[in-house]
Amino acid sequence: MTVTWQTFADGVSLGGIYALMAVGIGLVFGVLRLVNFAYGQLIMAGAFSLALGAQWNWPVWASILLCFAVVLTLSTLMDRLVFRPLRTQSPAVMLVATFAVSFLLQSIALLWFGSLGKIATSLAPLNRLWTIGGVDIRKISIVSIAVAAGCLLLLQLLLERTSVGLHMRAAAMDFRTARLLGVRANRVIGGAVLISGVLAAVVAVMLTVQTPLVTPTFALSDTIIVLAGVVLGGLNRPVPATLGGFTIGFGSGFLGGALPTGQSQYLPSLLFGAVIVVLLIRPNGLFARGRGSMERV
Amino acid sequence: MTDLVVDGLEVRYGVVAAVRGVSFEVRPGEIVGLIGPNGAGKSSTLHAIMGAAPVTGGDVRLGGTSLLRRRSEDVARRGIALVPEGRRIFAELSVEENLRLGLAARRSRRDPAAVLDRAYELFPIVEEFRRRPAGALSGGQQQQLAIARALVAEPDVLMLDEPSLGLAPRIVDVVFDALAAIRESGLAVLLVEQRAQRTVALADRCHVLANGELRLTLGREDAADTDALVAAYFA
Repeated sequence: MTVTWQTFADGVSLGGIYALMAVGIGLVFGVLRLVNFAYGQLIMAGAFSLALGAQWNWPVWASILLCFAVVLTLSTLMDRLVFRPLRTQSPAVMLVATFAVSFLLQSIALLWFGSLGKIATSLAPLNRLWTIGGVDIRKISIVSIAVAAGCLLLLQLLLERTSVGLHMRAAAMDFRTARLLGVRANRVIGGAVLISGVLAAVVAVMLTVQTPLVTPTFALSDTIIVLAGVVLGGLNRPVPATLGGFTIGFGSGFLGGALPTGQSQYLPSLLFGAVIVVLLIRPNGLFARGRGSMERV
Repeated sequence: MTDLVVDGLEVRYGVVAAVRGVSFEVRPGEIVGLIGPNGAGKSSTLHAIMGAAPVTGGDVRLGGTSLLRRRSEDVARRGIALVPEGRRIFAELSVEENLRLGLAARRSRRDPAAVLDRAYELFPIVEEFRRRPAGALSGGQQQQLAIARALVAEPDVLMLDEPSLGLAPRIVDVVFDALAAIRESGLAVLLVEQRAQRTVALADRCHVLANGELRLTLGREDAADTDALVAAYFA
């Protein structure tokens, strides 16, 4: 096993990206009690937008704008067409619906772009090295860490300092009582879905720099790992979910860089094995306190 | 006028009729009590008014406008505040954040500082502990917070579902004194309670519910008549 500063930076960087995905999944779970399995396909759609932007020789800012527009439109459509009409149904119905949306979006991507996918090269220069204090680190590692920290800080400010944030936190704890107090369910759910979409678009930008080849299964394995991380941290609260996402992302990025090439295929088994062991010991999650409400509206 | 009128209300949970043809009225500046044994339909009546229970007949009007088929948040924003059974405060939020949640249903756009101050004045304990997590408060303090939270919405009608449940007698006094003060401020109060004698003594009139039906209406003068109360309760 070889550990370098780049290995460590890769771990923190992937941890940051997975933490953003975990927040995106956790926010929607908080207000809808729905694990959105189609979250990865939002990121995939954003990544294809960036690839198209590169193909059309659009400037970087225009490609990023297209990525945000596509992801936010898709997440809003998902909310209006699937989540809202089904939100009083059983959790099983909701979960199967997100599976259906996930496969639908994957199939559309397969039909439009083929299984070989496209290359998103707009932000490729971020893969160059930066020398900080004699240590070489890829620029994208630093950018990912900074962007993830910035997004999490902004989100924290939104949740702690604004009335919409307060309503979201209350709704995640006890939606029925929040509604009795006048908190607007649709506004809170729409807000959570929108923020979750913004985070998916940010993740799409970061991931395409690290993995420029965009295929219909782009971000699928990342989503599965993050879902495990979110459950590992504690699904019912944003902060534990974020910590869970970061932990599994750091583990994945760090071990991915440190393990010899011949042993890296054992990484997913190692990660999921560790998740199972942790959940056997702490079923409510590694960072969760007490039992969360599982009430749905 | 912002009278709350419940007219022939029917509530059903599947085949079970929880409320059957209940009618009553609450006017500004009065307290109306709903008393009766467990399962009488008291809480179902409150939830039906809030749009949180399946209404199968009758009507609920506030100031002449029907509230039927409206969402809970819309009913709250029209001027009805509910202090739910068991208080339902948000334990992980601070006392102040719980109070600010009450502002969600407020219709006025004026600075909320004055309305928060009025709530603190009525319940000084809420101001004293405003930075603490609400879950760290005692049951009585949480009940005061729940009432204060409902009041900051500046509702026309305040509904309380068993506010004295599980409280020490001294705290029950605090709650009932606060309700008397709230009535003085001109609010219409609908009070669901198990403490029949206390409620009859406080309220302008009290309706006794049993098996989902309104059986009897008592006035303050009936508070001392224990036999009548017991008979009404088990009618």
